Amino acid sequence: MDINYTPAELEFRAEVRAFLHDALPQDIAAQVRLGKHLSKDDHQRWQRILAGRGWYAANWPVAFGGTGWGVVQKHIFEEECAAFGAPRLISFGVNMVAPVIIKFGNPAQQAHYLPRILSGEDWWCQGYSEPGAGSDLASLKTRAVREGDHYVVNGQKTWTTLGQHANMIFCLVRTDSEAQQQRGISFLLIDMTTPGISVRPIITLEGEHEVNEVFFDNVRVPVENLVGEENQGWTCAKYLLTHERTGQASIGQSKAALAHLKQVAREELRNGRPLLDDPQFRLQVAEVEIQLLAIEMSTLRILAAAQAGEVPGAESSILKIKGSEIRQAISHLLRKALGTKALPFLEEELHDGFAGTPLHSDYSAAPASQYFNLRKLSIYGGSNEIQKNIIVKMILEL
Amino acid sequence: MDFTLSSEQQMLQDTVARLARDHYSFEARKGYYRSEAGMSPDFWNQLAELGLCSVPIDQAHGGFGGSGVDNWLIMAELGRNLCLEPFLQSQIHAAGLLQQLGDADQQGQWLGQVAEGALQLAVALEEPQSHYQLHDVQTCARPVDGGWRLSGRKVAVVGGASAGLILVSARTAGDDRDDQGISLFLLEPQAVGLKRHDYPCIDGPRASDLILDDVFVAEGALLGKAGEALPALRYQQGRAIAGQCAEAVGGMQEAFRLTLDYLKTRKQFGAPIGKFQVLQHRMADMRAELEMATSMAILAACVADQADSDERSRQLAAAKFVVVRAARLIAEQAIQLHGGIGMTWEYNLAHHAKRLVMLSHQLGDDDHHLQAYARLLTDRAHAH
Repeated sequence: MDINYTPAELEFRAEVRAFLHDALPQDIAAQVRLGKHLSKDDHQRWQRILAGRGWYAANWPVAFGGTGWGVVQKHIFEEECAAFGAPRLISFGVNMVAPVIIKFGNPAQQAHYLPRILSGEDWWCQGYSEPGAGSDLASLKTRAVREGDHYVVNGQKTWTTLGQHANMIFCLVRTDSEAQQQRGISFLLIDMTTPGISVRPIITLEGEHEVNEVFFDNVRVPVENLVGEENQGWTCAKYLLTHERTGQASIGQSKAALAHLKQVAREELRNGRPLLDDPQFRLQVAEVEIQLLAIEMSTLRILAAAQAGEVPGAESSILKIKGSEIRQAISHLLRKALGTKALPFLEEELHDGFAGTPLHSDYSAAPASQYFNLRKLSIYGGSNEIQKNIIVKMILEL
Repeated sequence: MDFTLSSEQQMLQDTVARLARDHYSFEARKGYYRSEAGMSPDFWNQLAELGLCSVPIDQAHGGFGGSGVDNWLIMAELGRNLCLEPFLQSQIHAAGLLQQLGDADQQGQWLGQVAEGALQLAVALEEPQSHYQLHDVQTCARPVDGGWRLSGRKVAVVGGASAGLILVSARTAGDDRDDQGISLFLLEPQAVGLKRHDYPCIDGPRASDLILDDVFVAEGALLGKAGEALPALRYQQGRAIAGQCAEAVGGMQEAFRLTLDYLKTRKQFGAPIGKFQVLQHRMADMRAELEMATSMAILAACVADQADSDERSRQLAAAKFVVVRAARLIAEQAIQLHGGIGMTWEYNLAHHAKRLVMLSHQLGDDDHHLQAYARLLTDRAHAH
């Protein structure tokens, strides 16, 4: 029993820290710390820097240009990135479709798509949810009908995150409408420039354009864009969902957010004293910090088990629930820390390139907006209620 | 990082688990509870014979010199089986104090007997007004020729009736609630002027209130330097908290298991009640909190024997906070999911629920430990 990192892991952490210290652009880190919106260019700039170091594809095997890191190294890397204020990687390409292509794709697909992900040439988005298929994903209706060398795709996807930046989308489509729900689904890679695709923004409650609707009107997709076998797409989807869920506890992001909260609570005053010294507020900060520690310890236990070759089970669902809840709790406290100054809705201050004088302070524009944005955490990636169903099925066997 | 047990630790766990299971059927426990001792002397003797009483004691004093993890394994099994013996109070808490503060003579005289299980110790720190604050000591000790005279009142001394020696904190200098001026004394239960009120606690074990009316103790009864006991009291309370967290996790696992079994067998509306999603999600919530509590109990076990530091104090306060909150949730929901049967004296679950709720009344509740944590808050979020 040993809760500490090994000397080799500590050495790796020092290496990561040195790299982040030197390589992470300070303007990007400041945007991230203050909860502001990053442009496509900011994301791509950071991706190129990571790729240059060979650390962009942390989850890939070395043979495909990945790091080959073990789970503990990946955890350390993610945690340090978050602590330094590195942007969270847009995972759809590098951490979602790529693992599926590596696991289920053919050599031609691997040779074509993986280098383009590494170089940043392709920006991927995800075509899973539909208006009628959210938590019940297998009820999706977007159809792909085989016509010669093509599938003809018709239907609609929704909640497509950053689809406005993407040139590629991976989709779950129905290729057999007779088969039972999960059976007739296939996994298709679709070029967003194909005629018949249109993207419409969905503006979320905080006023941001982060997600989209994507419409498919007789879109012709070459059959070689099918990953795995026809009607076996659910296997890919399930595999990908497990990838999506690992790391969803986002300990690093929450730690960084908590550090920011404490800093803000030192600046803000109540009764002429720093808010952090207000007994009631301080207890609330202490409580989220304690809960975060419990989530971190639970994460480390699962990582250690995974490192030893165990397959993480429903414990990762517990981490998804707790991790999303704590991140939301911190954003709630940050909003509260600002008092009335959380009210102004100052979109221009939130965007990259804002050069004016902030109405109050550089940190006061984002928290309320971010609080509303982060309600998504308990909804996406399998809502927290779906996670409970998974816990019930796998742990409780009820 | 490695969260696996060594083969020796696995053997230790198996040994305690088997022993506790064999002695602590629900019916047997009822007998121990009703008996005069309020526990099973036979079980205690078995713990001693197998060397388990010696696990927390230093090797220099005939102990096994076990780690926090070893203590965790024992306490978890005692908790799982709702054992009534004061292992935590005697072998971990009091023995720890004796090891930290006692001089060579005191240790040589007593620790060997404690390691053998022949002598039980108890700890008398809480007072009617102290509310978990170790520095709030009104019991006073005044120096007299050849020793000290103690006066005051101590409450809820678990194992006070079976203890051969009681460790009592008393103020030898300073004002109420000063950190300085607190001393620790070894008190013999037969001492003149000591009145003891023994009672069963609502969660099972026996405890005592002590009324000290000018009780004389000899010079040799003072543990450590006069007036400087508080750091040791705090440090050893941390070790006891780690043991208590382990005990609670064992109890929570058992309460959870009993509830899960019940959900699979109890039928209403033509189906096992475990088929109803509202109950399923309640179980998922309980399982999640149990996971958090287990992680924190492990953390507590790993840091309990580290050198004193703010970091260690924070981690142990955090562990107790998480465990207390989880224990209450699991206790209350286990009763709720059982329905009426969960309310009955004749069902084991109810006794687990009582234990899980009442552990917050010993060694500090969630408010106490949240405040302790908040006082030590730093700029950084905890770094690993």
